[in-house]
Amino acid sequence: MTHTSHIHDDGSHHDHDHPHAEISVGEKPGYYAVMETAVRELLIAKGLITANDIRHQLEVLDSRTPALGAKVVARAWVDPGFKARLLADGRAACEEFGISFYDDTQLIVLENTPAVHNLIVCTLCSCYPRPVLGLPPDWYKLKPYRARAVSEPRVVLREFGTIIPDDVEVRVSDSTSAVRYLVLPMRPAGTENLGEEQLAALVTRDAMIGVIPVTLDQEVGQ
Amino acid sequence: MPTLKPVAAPPIQGVVPALNELPGFSPGDAIRVGVRSPIGHYRVPIYLRGKTGTVVQVIEPAMVDNEAEGFGKNAGSKRHYYRISIPMTQVWADYQGSPRDELRIEIFETWLERV
Repeated sequence: MTHTSHIHDDGSHHDHDHPHAEISVGEKPGYYAVMETAVRELLIAKGLITANDIRHQLEVLDSRTPALGAKVVARAWVDPGFKARLLADGRAACEEFGISFYDDTQLIVLENTPAVHNLIVCTLCSCYPRPVLGLPPDWYKLKPYRARAVSEPRVVLREFGTIIPDDVEVRVSDSTSAVRYLVLPMRPAGTENLGEEQLAALVTRDAMIGVIPVTLDQEVGQ
Repeated sequence: MPTLKPVAAPPIQGVVPALNELPGFSPGDAIRVGVRSPIGHYRVPIYLRGKTGTVVQVIEPAMVDNEAEGFGKNAGSKRHYYRISIPMTQVWADYQGSPRDELRIEIFETWLERV
């Protein structure tokens, strides 16, 4: 371990005088990791792609975060014309907004209303609106959420602290094919005087998956 | 709501569409999800096979059927697919929740049977 001066997550700035676990990869790669390395090296050796292509695609994926989706939601809240186009063709409206889609997926935007609460899941794997939200959270990819979101969605929602009244329909969209889904949450009351940027700061990843509503007291950056 | 983008109209007189060019199902149609257990790459979840539901929307444009794509067949494999609504109480006999709760999923035409 090298002893360097650096800033910790808590903001403290100090020289090392306490032990850290070494940051390294200790375990042997598994079957699929070896397969990925082998295929990648072959593709590069055959000249089909370059190492820089892969690095660049990682940069593309890293540039996609829930902050983009939040901007789309805020724009839809303040611009009825944009909202209508977003609900008619999610992908085209995001592209109009300046968010490119780097794959062949379509986007259907699901509007939450006082009568319908939407929840998204991919029971087969981890389909997710990555161009606008980035990588999905781990729980979204794990089997308990994938199985329970379609079999007992109201219980799952309750575990997220979201209680949906019985007279509100819960509509679960299972993404399995070429379509990705994004939930358009309801704009909370009391936000009439907020600007688009302030509104976007209220919109979290989980609200766009549909496990929580957007609330005024939402801590930004959760 | 203003017209957002041109929508294909039914062919005018004298225009003959190709086989499978037009979607075979329309919004409101009652369907059953096929019960098949093929070997290989299939995208219709087993928990929905054999369930009955309703076509909500024809998703445009038609897409390469990803089940064919899974075997490297892309040419000529564009198929229509649909947003399907199935009541939760139809999916799960012991479903706990409102009878209005529903499951929505996109399914290619190859898996849909008319009821």
